[in-house]
Amino acid sequence: MSEAAVEMNASDKEQVKSAKSETILYVDGVSVTFDGFRALNNLSFYVEPGELRAIIGPNGAGKTTMMDIITGKTRPDTGDVLFKSEIDLTKMDEAEIANLGIGRKFQKPTVFESHTVFDNLLLAASGGRGVFQALFHRLSEAEKIKIEKTLVTIMLEDKRDEMAANLSHGQKQWLEIGMLLMQEPELLLVDEPVAGMTDSETEETAKLLRSIAKEYSVVVVEHDMEFVRDLDCKVTVLHEGSVLAEGRLDHVQKDPRVIEVYLGR
Amino acid sequence: MTDYRQKYQMTPVIGWLLKDRGGMILLGILIAAAILVPLSNLLLPESSAFHVPTWMVSLLGKYLCYALLALSVDLIWGFCGILSLGHGAFFALGGYAMGMYLMRQIGDRGVYGDPILPDFMVFLNWQELPWYWYGFDMFWFAIVMAMFVPGLLAFVFGFLAFRSRVTGVYLSIITQAMTYALLLAFFRNDMGFGGNNGLTDFKDLLGYSLQSDGTRAGLFVASCVFLGVCYVLARGITQSRLGKVLIAIRDAESRVRFTGYRVEYYKLFVFTVSAVMAGIAGALYVPQVGIINPGEFAPALSIEIVIWVAVGGRGTLYGAVLGAFIVNYAKTFFTGAMPDFWLFFLGGLFIAVTLFLPKGVIGAVPAFGSADRQSIITAWRKRRANEGGKA
Repeated sequence: MSEAAVEMNASDKEQVKSAKSETILYVDGVSVTFDGFRALNNLSFYVEPGELRAIIGPNGAGKTTMMDIITGKTRPDTGDVLFKSEIDLTKMDEAEIANLGIGRKFQKPTVFESHTVFDNLLLAASGGRGVFQALFHRLSEAEKIKIEKTLVTIMLEDKRDEMAANLSHGQKQWLEIGMLLMQEPELLLVDEPVAGMTDSETEETAKLLRSIAKEYSVVVVEHDMEFVRDLDCKVTVLHEGSVLAEGRLDHVQKDPRVIEVYLGR
Repeated sequence: MTDYRQKYQMTPVIGWLLKDRGGMILLGILIAAAILVPLSNLLLPESSAFHVPTWMVSLLGKYLCYALLALSVDLIWGFCGILSLGHGAFFALGGYAMGMYLMRQIGDRGVYGDPILPDFMVFLNWQELPWYWYGFDMFWFAIVMAMFVPGLLAFVFGFLAFRSRVTGVYLSIITQAMTYALLLAFFRNDMGFGGNNGLTDFKDLLGYSLQSDGTRAGLFVASCVFLGVCYVLARGITQSRLGKVLIAIRDAESRVRFTGYRVEYYKLFVFTVSAVMAGIAGALYVPQVGIINPGEFAPALSIEIVIWVAVGGRGTLYGAVLGAFIVNYAKTFFTGAMPDFWLFFLGGLFIAVTLFLPKGVIGAVPAFGSADRQSIITAWRKRRANEGGKA
C-alpha cells in the first residue's frame, strides 16, 4: 500500500471520528469472510440519533450480515462497530447488545407462537432478565399500561388475548415491532418489514415506522422501492459488502452505478 | 397489614392451581392413593376384596417414581424443548446415593460380617472405605447427595452444552453419550459401586425393615408426596414469567436472545431442577425395588422415558404422569404375558402415538388437550366469517 493511500485513510479516519461523536451507530471498515466468501468488504456508515435510515441492495449485498454484526450474532474479522460513539459492540453477545438498547426484527416474523399477543409483549418488556427475577416476577401496573399503549401503536388492541400463532402474517410483523418497542430500545434494526404484506398493510407499516422514528433511531433493510419511498428518508445502497451510494432516494436512483447494479445484470 | 401481604402472595398460587384442572385431578388422586392404599394394605384382611397386596403397593410405588422421572423430562422437553435422552443417568445417580446409604445400613449383617465395608468391597479385598463412601451412613447426607450429585452433573454438563449452544439432536446425542459413559464407568469394579451387580441385599431404612408391609406403605406414601410436591413446583415454574420464557425459547430461541434474555441461564436452571427431580425419583425407587445396578444407566431406558412423556402428552406435566403409568403398566403386563413382544409393542406404541395422537393420550381427551385447538378453530371460523363478509 502506498504512503498516499495510508495518509488518505488517516484523514478519512479523522473525518469519520469527528462524526463519531454524535452517532448512535458507527460502523467503520468492517470486513467479514465466510469460507473465503467476503460478505462484507470494508463497510463504513453511520447513523445519527433520531434518524430513520433505509438500507437497500441486491441479494447478497451483505444486508443481513451487517445486521448480524451489529447485534452480535457474527463477529467481524476487522473493523469497528460502536454504539452511541463509545460502546464497542464487537465484543458483546446478543443478549448484552439487546439490553444496551438495540432491538432487532428478523426478516421472517419471529414471535412466540404459543403465547398470547399480550404475553409476547410482556416477555419483551424491558426490566429484569435474570432467571430468578423472572421466576418471582409479578405483572406491575406500569407494565400493564405500557403494554396497552404498545397494543394501540401496533394496531392489535383487539387481539390482546389471541394466540400469536393465529395472527396474520402482517399482524405478526407488527407484533414483532411492538415487542421491540417494549424493550425501550434506542436503535431499532428492522429487516424487510413488509415482505409478504398486502398493499394496505405495507402503507400502514410505513406509517408505523415513521411514527416510531420520531422517538427512536431506526434502520430499515428493504427491497421494496415503493415502501422505501414511503419512508421518505436517507438511503444507503449496499453492493458486494460495501456502500455504493448514499443520499435521498431520488438522488441515489439517478446514480449510474446504482442503476447498473440493479438493472445492469 | 401482614394479613394483606400474605393474602397477596398466596392468591396467585391457589389461583393457578385451581385453574389447572388436570393438576387438581392428579393431586386429588395422589392424596386419595396416599391414604387409601396403605390403609387397605395394612388394615383390611387379605380375604377382603378391597385388600391391596404388598407386592402391588411396591409396584404402584415404583410407577410413582417413574411418573416423577417422566415429570422431570416433561419439564425440560415439553416446556423448553430440551430433548434429554440421558435422564436415566440422573435417576440412577439418585438411586446410587440411596443405595449407598442402604448398604451402610446393613452393617455387620452382610455375608462377610464386616461392620464397615459392604460385601463387595470385602470380596475385592479392599481394606478401607473409599473417601466417597464417607457420610453415607447418615440418612440426611444420602438424601442431600441424591439431589446434589445429579444436580451438579446437570449443572456442569448443561453449562458446557448450553454455553456452546448445543441444541436439538446434537444435545440429545451427547446426553446419550453421557449416560452411556456413566454406564461403562459404573460397570467397573474399581469404581467402588459394586460393578456389574450394583448395590443390593438391603436390610433396612432408618431402622425399619425394608421387607415389612409398614415400610413399604411408608415408601409408597413418600412417593405420592414427592410426586405431588414436585408437580406443584414444576407447575409453579411453568406458570411464572420464567416458564413463559422457557416456552418462548422452545418456540423461537433466537428471538428470546435478541430480546435480551440469557437463554443458556434459563436452560441451565430448568435442566438442573429437572435433574434434581430425577435424582429424587431414583432415591425413592431403589428401596422399593431393592436393587440399583449400572443397567439403570442404559441409554435405551432413557429413551423409554421420553416415550412415556410422548404417550401421555408432552407439555402438560400431568400427561407425563399418565404416560408413565400407561406404558409401565403395559410393560408389566407384556413382560409377564408375552415377553418377546414387549419391545415391538413399545415401538408400535411410539409410532402410533406420533402419528395419531401427536398431543398424547391427554390431548385426545376433549376437556384437556384441546384448549389450543379450540382457540385455533375459533380463529379459523372468525377468519372464514370475515372473508365471507368481504366477499
